[in-house]
Amino acid sequence: MPLLWLRVALGFYGVGLLYALLALTRSSDLLSRIAVPATSLGMVFHFVSLSEAVLLSGQLTLASVHNSESLLAFMIMAFFMIVYLVYRTTSPGMVVFPSVFLLTFVAATGQQPFLSMSPGLRTGWLFAHIALIFTGYAALFLSFGASLLYLVQESSLKSKNPGRIFSRLPALEVIDEIGYRSLLLGFPFMTLGLIAGSVVAQAKFGRVDFLDPKVFLSLLMWVVYLIMVYTRWNAGWRGRRAAYLATGAFVAAVVAWAANYVSTIHRFAAS
Amino acid sequence: MKLQLIGVNHNSAPVEVRERLAIPEWRLAEACRQLAEHPGVEEGMILSTCNRVELIAHLKNGSGDLRAFLRDYFQLDLNQFERHLYEYREQDAIRHVFRVAASLDSMVLGEPQILGQVKEAYATARAVGAVRAQLDQLLTRAFAVAKRVRTETAVGSSAVSVASVAVELAKKIFGNLKGKQVYLVGAGKMSELAARHLLAHGCTSIFVANRTYDRAAYLAEKFDGQAIHFEELYETCDRGDIVITSTGAPHAIFRPEHGELFLSRRKNRPMFFIDIAVPRDVDPEMNKLDGIFVYDIDDLQQAVSAHVADRKKEADRAEAIINSEVERFQARIQTLDVVPTIVSLQDHLETIRQAEIDRVRGRLGPLTPDQEMAVDTLTRGIVNKIMHTPIRTLKTAAREPEAITLIDQVRRLFNLQQEEGERERKSAASKSGGGSGARG
Repeated sequence: MPLLWLRVALGFYGVGLLYALLALTRSSDLLSRIAVPATSLGMVFHFVSLSEAVLLSGQLTLASVHNSESLLAFMIMAFFMIVYLVYRTTSPGMVVFPSVFLLTFVAATGQQPFLSMSPGLRTGWLFAHIALIFTGYAALFLSFGASLLYLVQESSLKSKNPGRIFSRLPALEVIDEIGYRSLLLGFPFMTLGLIAGSVVAQAKFGRVDFLDPKVFLSLLMWVVYLIMVYTRWNAGWRGRRAAYLATGAFVAAVVAWAANYVSTIHRFAAS
Repeated sequence: MKLQLIGVNHNSAPVEVRERLAIPEWRLAEACRQLAEHPGVEEGMILSTCNRVELIAHLKNGSGDLRAFLRDYFQLDLNQFERHLYEYREQDAIRHVFRVAASLDSMVLGEPQILGQVKEAYATARAVGAVRAQLDQLLTRAFAVAKRVRTETAVGSSAVSVASVAVELAKKIFGNLKGKQVYLVGAGKMSELAARHLLAHGCTSIFVANRTYDRAAYLAEKFDGQAIHFEELYETCDRGDIVITSTGAPHAIFRPEHGELFLSRRKNRPMFFIDIAVPRDVDPEMNKLDGIFVYDIDDLQQAVSAHVADRKKEADRAEAIINSEVERFQARIQTLDVVPTIVSLQDHLETIRQAEIDRVRGRLGPLTPDQEMAVDTLTRGIVNKIMHTPIRTLKTAAREPEAITLIDQVRRLFNLQQEEGERERKSAASKSGGGSGARG
């Protein structure tokens, strides 16, 4: 059943995807009107799917690990909705909708069977680790999306030949603010998430192996994230430079994510 | 109404010609006075903007020659300008005035500044007495029509003139303009206008730097802002989120190194340079800096013209409104046209009545005041009874197109002179103490 609900959610996210793709070429009043309601409905089904997974496995942690892509997609959507409520703009959807669709698609097609976790894990810490890290990921992702939009808007203003997208994107400073706020919001989550992770690791292995690719890349990502927050706060870096940094942090995050498949100590499947 | 309008605009004449015929603001009042005193001209006004120069006149008996006025006023050989001049009369002149006021004849369709310019020209001409009843009516109506076009069509809706485009761009950069600071470099008319627009959209404080400090102080005071000595320009300019430059400097006064300086002081918060000076005040290289956006006058014009296409459709609707308004206005002035005829008809009969009373008084001998009054009431009663129907017919016919022929016939039947001549003769007659000047 969770899979069915997830696929229903995927259908609704598809509307968002369509909106994002068409927004690049022409304006569609109908789509921009229904994009938010449709994806909100998608979130409802998505939530049902996630909750059912928890009920089925009987364990919060287990379910969240096995539905990691799905959970991440859900968190990103939640952030998008917050931005929408505060700024009344669906523009981040141009980046958010396709990614959410992709993540949900992966989750809805490539479901892994449940495997039991190694015993003795402190599941409370583990869940905290997962929830915090994913919130941080979602915030980082939104910030990355905002910096892409910033570049688009900036170049269209610089080119002095405002195209079609130009008229719908929010003002440069608004995009900037969305990006910066997401960044600031995400940082404590990411930091606490990593701390929670190391607590788990310590409980499991008695120490943290810094040479493990997962640990190393996660730390690297955190450092890039820190630099981003710092330069932004201190020197007001934005625009191209901020976008490069955000891209860097995002790539580091994706690589850290991918490291799950090579790491010896951190696997979504049994370890 | 004998209306005549001649002029040049951006379509009919290149800027070199418009320049030759333009009348600066400070000479406009005097020019209007001269126009109104020009032979054959009853009332007149002059509209002189950067895109058009137009003379509008109400003529006596259609006899005036506005070309002669141009020739005399500017002391030029009009032949070389003839092909650039357009001329409208009566209905066409009304239509043209309506279209100009409604900004349908503007280079940028629907731009709102022209209405203000027409209003100013009207006020100037009115102040010197060059505009009276007839043109007053026309212009007042034109303002109402312009308002109607603005509210009923979308011709003036989106960004329009350069100043409003500047505001729109600023909004694209800063979002809400609340709390943003405007920095004027050079205190020209255009930058003042742009500043006013920006302030109206929420910008708070304003700085004015000008080579002549007094002028800066004057303008700053006007906007409740702060005047800056020109030497302090580079130290203070980073305080402006939006910088409007319009100096007459021969070289760029803002170069990339200045931009870098400003950005580091502003912690990279974006800056928007609006450069309306020719030659330009801001080095185009500045636009390459992250967070600095430079728009020169051509860029702004280009952004303006992007809006034009959408407006063409709305313009068609606006033209329909203009057409119906021209008809309505004509109906109204025709109603008014019968009034002088009625007045002179009544005057005419009154003169006859008086003359007849004078004539019989000798034969009747001295009359008592009661008898005097009885004679007066009797004759007045007869005249009024006879006149009742013709006057009512004239008033009803006034709204119909045939009013003009009817007026003509009445005048011929009663041998009425043109009202002007009539009055002059009458006043001359009363001065010399004589009786009747116009016996039927």
